[in-house]
Amino acid sequence: MGQTLYQHIDEANEALDRSKAVIEVENLSKSFGDNHVLQNFNLILKEGENLVVLGKSGSGKSVLIKCIVGLIGIDSGKINVLGKNIPGLEQEELDRLRAEIGFLFQGSALYDSMTVRENLEFPLRRHVAKFGENVDSLQLVREALHSVGLEETMDLMPAELSGGMKKRVALARALILKPKIIFYDEPTSGLDPITAKEICYLMLELQQKFHTSSLIITHDMECARITSNRVVILIDGQNYAQGDYRELENSKDPNIKAFFK
Amino acid sequence: MTETGEISRFAARFFKEVFKPPYEFRELLRQSYEIGWNSLPLVGLTGFIMGLVLTLQTRPTLVEFGAESWMPSMVGIAIIREIGPVITALICAGRVGSSIGAELGSMKVTEQIDAMEVSGTNPFKYLVITRVVAATLMLPLLVIMADAVALFGSYLVENLKGAVSFELYFSQVFEFLNFGDVIPSITKSFFFGFAIGLIGCYKGYFSKKGTEGVGKAANTAVVVTSVLVFILDFIAVLVADIFYEL
Repeated sequence: MGQTLYQHIDEANEALDRSKAVIEVENLSKSFGDNHVLQNFNLILKEGENLVVLGKSGSGKSVLIKCIVGLIGIDSGKINVLGKNIPGLEQEELDRLRAEIGFLFQGSALYDSMTVRENLEFPLRRHVAKFGENVDSLQLVREALHSVGLEETMDLMPAELSGGMKKRVALARALILKPKIIFYDEPTSGLDPITAKEICYLMLELQQKFHTSSLIITHDMECARITSNRVVILIDGQNYAQGDYRELENSKDPNIKAFFK
Repeated sequence: MTETGEISRFAARFFKEVFKPPYEFRELLRQSYEIGWNSLPLVGLTGFIMGLVLTLQTRPTLVEFGAESWMPSMVGIAIIREIGPVITALICAGRVGSSIGAELGSMKVTEQIDAMEVSGTNPFKYLVITRVVAATLMLPLLVIMADAVALFGSYLVENLKGAVSFELYFSQVFEFLNFGDVIPSITKSFFFGFAIGLIGCYKGYFSKKGTEGVGKAANTAVVVTSVLVFILDFIAVLVADIFYEL
């Protein structure tokens, strides 16, 4: 049973090119007033890896990924994404870099006033050049929706979709630019256990299909078990522990054990 | 005071980015349709009633002094100089300001604005600049339409009560109107539109505290814009007076 449960982790770990880091975070600190959310936080995401950051609600997980993609400014530290220093980038350079990044938001963040098709076409407006001159955006939309099994929703409005479908469409939107890195912010929050599991396996499938690296923020242990090649535990704004799921699951440290109870 | 400073910074950012490419023409058209075309029924109806009521209320007094022949020019000047622009701006502050505040506020709390930014689109350009420009351009057109419908409402009352013909009524209206009445009125409508768009966007763009914040953004957008319309109107009247005296 143990072998079957973690087989995907072993396979993925073997396939990883450990020399290539796509994200490097060094001594990252971020505070909101007296609330020191991140303190000298360190993290490395390797190419092709699914890295899960575990932490309690309000521990600063979402702040971490928003700092990495430049949505929130940082107080100090270094953030390097695909060889670019995020805090030092001009807006235009940052926008160009974002063509290589997909982001799945906690609440899906689909644009209410647009159809599913328009939602997926939106990232293509700025970055369509990435696919060459004569790209058919409708074809790209179809492919992305096909990847998440929702081709038939193309002309629906987000309000007409269920929670799970919204997540899938948001995932298709994150994938449409064929990014090198995907950020998942609580990908299973608000979903029933069966749909949550489906989303997790879809994430794994997409990682294998598109060879993306993923940074997954969650407090859902089942999601962490299914999707992770490596887990980082965020406690008190710091990288408290890291390792593969099994190592941490068997840890004797009470702070780590608390996550696996 | 702090908020005034923040709104000024927001306005400064608008002027800094409005002429920089890329331009979001498609969204600008959509917003112009939403703000201009979709406000037509409400603005038209209000303008019509405004013309009817103003004439019905004023007529008895003018008749008492034997001055009913002054009615078209008096109503025309009142509507075009003051009542048309201010009432239209207040209606749009309610309809457009609250709608922009609520829409952007809701986009903010559901992370749609963040999603836009992550996808490489400048949300300030896409959401704020298009709405502010659309409101600035549409308000004067709505004011012209409201003025025309209000004058038509006034004419109907005059026609029913005083058997005044269409030609006579409108020749009386335009005889006493000059560019000094029309130009300041249209000019201040641009400022009203700008204020409605800017405050609605500011309140929505920086809304906080979840759904409570969305409601607050919509509400304060209307309140602040309405007050601002009166302040701008006062300034416009002062400036217009200076030009009259020159």
